[in-house]
Amino acid sequence: MTRLLRYLFFGLLVRGVVLIILGLNIRHRERLPRRGPAILAANHNSHLDTMVLMSLVPLSLLDRVRPIAAADYFLTNPLLAWFATRIIGILPIHRKRDGAAEDPLAPLCEALDRGEILIFFPEGTRGEPERLKALKSGLARLAERRPEVPVIPIFMHGLGKALPKGTALLVPFFVDVFVGDPVPWEGDRDRYLERYRTDLAKLAGEGNFAPWT
Amino acid sequence: MIARILSSPVGLVFAGILAGLVVASVVTWLLQRKGPAEKYEELARRVRSWWIMVAIFVVAIAIDRALSIAFFALVSFLALKEYLSLIPTRRADRRVLFWAYLSIPIQYWWVYQGWYGMFIVFIPVWVMLLLSARMVMIGETKDFLRAVGTLHWGLMLMVFSISHQAYLLVLPPEGGAGLVLYLVMLTQLNDVAQYIWGKSFGRHKVLPTVSPNKTVEGLIGGIVTTTVLSILLAPLLTPLTLPHSIAAGLMIGAGGFLGDTTVGAVKRDIGVKDSGTMIAGHGGVLDRINSLTYTAPLFFHFLRFFYY
Repeated sequence: MTRLLRYLFFGLLVRGVVLIILGLNIRHRERLPRRGPAILAANHNSHLDTMVLMSLVPLSLLDRVRPIAAADYFLTNPLLAWFATRIIGILPIHRKRDGAAEDPLAPLCEALDRGEILIFFPEGTRGEPERLKALKSGLARLAERRPEVPVIPIFMHGLGKALPKGTALLVPFFVDVFVGDPVPWEGDRDRYLERYRTDLAKLAGEGNFAPWT
Repeated sequence: MIARILSSPVGLVFAGILAGLVVASVVTWLLQRKGPAEKYEELARRVRSWWIMVAIFVVAIAIDRALSIAFFALVSFLALKEYLSLIPTRRADRRVLFWAYLSIPIQYWWVYQGWYGMFIVFIPVWVMLLLSARMVMIGETKDFLRAVGTLHWGLMLMVFSISHQAYLLVLPPEGGAGLVLYLVMLTQLNDVAQYIWGKSFGRHKVLPTVSPNKTVEGLIGGIVTTTVLSILLAPLLTPLTLPHSIAAGLMIGAGGFLGDTTVGAVKRDIGVKDSGTMIAGHGGVLDRINSLTYTAPLFFHFLRFFYY
């Protein structure tokens, strides 16, 4: 039942909003992974980022796509928790470690081992619309543990204009989605994040974005 | 069924369009077989997109008047969205832009009602005054003139102008899918004809700073072709007399050029080649309807002045 709801939600509602109300301008679509395991690592401007990334993956792979989301944000209220885990299919991650208890990346590695496609926002949070924040180390740690899994950098522009943090009013704007080549693991976390950041900046440089002040 | 469709003038013209598309596809196929196929890839993509656009257009205008009006409202929405995504906008104006989008269903509601008085003043008077006031209430004066000016110019072209082709459907007595077909077909064929004449015989540039590929030969060849077609099609689809059909052809030919170059000037100012990527081989929706932003109101008011 929830599976049916999930397909209806992503197949009709999300695709309807993303393709007609917003509209995507995708570059290098052929670089998107056709099967898991893979990590889609995108910049984060809006709650809609996840929806847009989910609609890039064919509906037949819906069961294997898992957005990584903060447990402390999405699992506090039972209704939101049901929606986030059952319909969106998030993989909750604990941002603050309680002592040395659990390994926060373990569920992610397990998901990759099952062949799933993770949606990951290396900035950790939305923030100033259309500005890249400092990167958290999570992406590099994950790449270190699973160096064979392709990490696809994706640059998105426009959702921070359409639905920025702190507003509920959706204003239609086209969304640019630029897909990059996988970022290879070369043995060093800092270098990895630096490489990811330059790849993302290169992708951003392909666009010609209307000023938004 | 097929005999009945073919015996109606609109059905006959549909059959003609179908034949034209078949010819275009066959010619493209022959060119690709003869020359290097990659050279004609762009052409092939364009022709494929034409098939899709014609199919959608035929369904939209043949089935039901409400559906046709909703379809033109959707075209306005997509064009306005492309425009507002291209131009500089202010973060403070998000709410104003939302209201601007809301003007689309309302404008097309007046069309559906056939309320001409409201249709003709709503965008230029009410929306213009209201959105300006709303923008003032936000209190941000930096770039105010640019923001208010670009928004209204966009609404005039993408919503007000384009809604004129929808109003053709509700002109009394029974309105006319034929009139819409006449306008849209001539406008689009004019674009194609200007392109082909220009490619074949173009020597003298007509507006090099705006559209470097447009030539005097293309412009004149296109206008003449469009006028010949407007004369031939007028008795089938419109009440136009011969002199009026000549005037309509000249108007659509020249107006199409002006609409195309006006939107071209905006794109050049912004620094983009296409307004979007929705239609393979053509660019965005705005790239396809740029000529209509001029021809729709010109043809509508010409027709209304003499016949309605």
